[in-house]
Amino acid sequence: MTTDNGERIFDIRDIRVTFDTPDGVVEAVRGVDMHVNAGETVAVVGESGSGKSQIMMAAMGLLASNGIASGSVRYRGQEMIGLTREKLNKIRGAKITMIFQEPMTSLDPLYTIERQICEPIRVHGGLSASAARRRALELLKLVHIPDPERRMKSYPHELSGGQRQRVMIAMALANDPDLLIADEPTTALDVTIQAEILGLLSELQKKLGMAILFITHDLGIVEAFADRVYVMQKGNVVETGSTADIFQRPQNAYTRMLLAAEPEGTKPPVSDDRPILIDAEDVSVTFSVKGGILSGPGYEVKAVQNVGLKLRAGQTIGIVGESGSGKSTLGRALLQLLPSTGRVVYQGTSIQGLDRAAMRPYRRNLQMVFQDPYGSLSPRMTVGEIITEGLLVHEPGLSSKDREARAMQALTEVGLDPGMRNRFPHEFSGGQRQRIAIARAVILKPTVIVLDEPTSALDRSVQKQIIALLRSIQESHGLSFIFISHDLAVVKALSDYAIVMRSGKVVEEGPTLEVFERPTSDYTRDLMEAAFNLKQVLLRQAEARA
Amino acid sequence: MTDLTVATPAPAAPMKSRSLWETAFLRLRRNRAAMASLVILVIYILAGVFGPMLATHPYDRVYPDFVKVPASIEPYPQLDALVPIAEEAGRRGRLDVQSVAIEGNRMIMRATSEREIDPRVTRYIDRSDLFSNAQVTSLSDDKKSIEITADVKRLRFIAGTDANGRDLFARILISIRISLMIGALATGVALVIGVLYGATAGFFGGRIDNLMMRFVDILYSLPFTFFVILLVVFFGRNVVLMFIAVGAVEWLDMSRIVRGQTIALRRREFVQAAEALGVSSSGILRRHIIPNTLGPVIIYMTLMVPKVILLESFLSFLGLGVQEPLTSLGVLIAEGARNMQGATYMLIFPAMALTILLFALNFLGDGLRDALDPKDR
Repeated sequence: MTTDNGERIFDIRDIRVTFDTPDGVVEAVRGVDMHVNAGETVAVVGESGSGKSQIMMAAMGLLASNGIASGSVRYRGQEMIGLTREKLNKIRGAKITMIFQEPMTSLDPLYTIERQICEPIRVHGGLSASAARRRALELLKLVHIPDPERRMKSYPHELSGGQRQRVMIAMALANDPDLLIADEPTTALDVTIQAEILGLLSELQKKLGMAILFITHDLGIVEAFADRVYVMQKGNVVETGSTADIFQRPQNAYTRMLLAAEPEGTKPPVSDDRPILIDAEDVSVTFSVKGGILSGPGYEVKAVQNVGLKLRAGQTIGIVGESGSGKSTLGRALLQLLPSTGRVVYQGTSIQGLDRAAMRPYRRNLQMVFQDPYGSLSPRMTVGEIITEGLLVHEPGLSSKDREARAMQALTEVGLDPGMRNRFPHEFSGGQRQRIAIARAVILKPTVIVLDEPTSALDRSVQKQIIALLRSIQESHGLSFIFISHDLAVVKALSDYAIVMRSGKVVEEGPTLEVFERPTSDYTRDLMEAAFNLKQVLLRQAEARA
Repeated sequence: MTDLTVATPAPAAPMKSRSLWETAFLRLRRNRAAMASLVILVIYILAGVFGPMLATHPYDRVYPDFVKVPASIEPYPQLDALVPIAEEAGRRGRLDVQSVAIEGNRMIMRATSEREIDPRVTRYIDRSDLFSNAQVTSLSDDKKSIEITADVKRLRFIAGTDANGRDLFARILISIRISLMIGALATGVALVIGVLYGATAGFFGGRIDNLMMRFVDILYSLPFTFFVILLVVFFGRNVVLMFIAVGAVEWLDMSRIVRGQTIALRRREFVQAAEALGVSSSGILRRHIIPNTLGPVIIYMTLMVPKVILLESFLSFLGLGVQEPLTSLGVLIAEGARNMQGATYMLIFPAMALTILLFALNFLGDGLRDALDPKDR
């Protein structure tokens, strides 16, 4: 691949981005220099809030209305900041194109794929309708969409996440760009799909000779994919260099911290004589989609099919699987938050099918922590109210003073300042909110906590802290966890028993180390490789193409 | 954002904690139109509450001498109008009025008569609203010529008077009170019923939701005017009925809005989290659902108040609204419209009062929508 001697096509100098907010001016980017040479792959890596996306938004004139950019962004000598909309549109969308994280929201749900691809081609390229259609078809073939003729007539919701991202890439390629800016294009995708999309990008890069500027928080992708790296922290570039240099000889403390933030450690399995807390057999969940007068007959979706598990005291069962595998549904079904069939026994008594009121006494022992730390805390309640809500239900005799004392104790336990209990959730960072959610579960002194992707929305360094917290809580309270995640590295670090799920069924299960080191099924093997050995996967894809 | 709370202690002077409501108010404060509207609204409320008590004329007092006088800063009767009134009063006492003079607040009338004049003739003069305390200052020996002085009462009608001779300004003040009261009460009724009903329907979903919302649909299909006419026929015209009628219609919209919000909220993780904690349905509704619907509800409320005021005006315009001598802005405008040709001021002033009020409420509602819009966060 190309190195630093290519032609400089994209040159950012001393760019600053500020936002005017009700709480004063916020500096998102504080004077950053960056450049991209023709044909190379540059990664910008940083955690959320580091300003990595805002630089590109500023360069493309896409900042939010309260944002101001200063400095210089040049594309082949043409200054882009302060350019009029018409002139900017000659560059963006044609010579520099962007793809975003969420392919669902980037496509208009009301139009067919054909129309969405053809429109920019006709606007920028001035092609006739039939020529644009031919070009669109060509592009869909280029990004390896199966059955492109038929897909042209599809609407976005009829495509899978990976296919949507392929469509986005096809649209970005429509006008032969020099530079493709990819803003976390694979973050919302499963690991195996991620490997496919990355493979596609490097294939297209070779074929078309464009440069790629890749924005990501995932160092695994950077290592496998990029030639050069910029590491960003709090609006500054703290380190830059070739990928090999950064990964082998990191100079900056922050870079070293990022590299060390991969989850580590393992959990030894518990002995077989520990009492069984949850014994589930044959659990199935079926969602029925009702038919209507116009929508035809109803049908059923089998989200979970005949799954069983035994959770022993002190054990952590990791449930892994890609989106749609039914792992979250299984977790909710175990806690009777969803109607299900089968048999769930908690400490000798069957809780299967209990209604809301009958289930209430068990709720205190069976707690849950949710994925989205932004969505799982009620925005109009203070942190103290959120944490102590369970006490209102399960220990109604407590005075408000007792409750407050318990809240402070729980906050201290999860590593938060108890003085913050009168604040509101929006004043906390993602990691702090997840700590609050954990405090809400722990305050009831449960025996089992179902953790539904508790670390997925967090940066790696924060993830590491949450993992440490979960470990220490498990130890001090003798808790059992059911840990649901698509993130194999986290499951490997936390669980002693692993269940791999696909399309509602168990593909493979066993002690974590065995499943991870010696997977027996092909699916598990693909999953492990895409997650832990991305570079290998990409190399193999390249070889297969050659 | 890196999460370093564990490593670093909280700063010594922590940032002041702000709830979502407080940040919304801060944002509202920067919206000039909304703040001006808020001030105007406060003035209206003060005028509605205290205005009728402080006004110089009671709203239901009839001044027969000042029917349909135009708005004027100068007090009535104006000088050149006083003389004929005095002469007329004299004529009623069978006097031949020789001269009438006005000196400040006193009127001096000289008159003669062919017959003997009874000093009690002053009563005829007192009988007019304008004159009081009429006294005989001198009576000739033959009792055939007389000099009477009387106090002249001059009245100020800054917005003129209506067709019955009542002060329009006082009537506008009382009508502001009635309109605001109907606006606030009907909105309050709609708010309480609509929020509870909508939240319940949305939260329980399924068959309960279906039943509850079909009931709403049935009520929707009742023609509003027809409904009000029915009520008026059965129960007669009164203000309370207006609240019921308007409130009974307006809560339907509210319940639909709240239901939609609730269905969206129900899928949010914090509601699921509360369910996983074992919180009862009423607890979830009370602590999680309703507080989170309040943003859109408040916005809708500020837009509903003007709607209700307009609705009341419409009903009053049709003659189905408040009863005389009470009045509302709609009644005043209806009267003004009837007298538009001779007395434009009777239309202009109430219409201005209503328009300014509606503008203020709508601007405030707009400002609130911008301030509470969660998309900004």
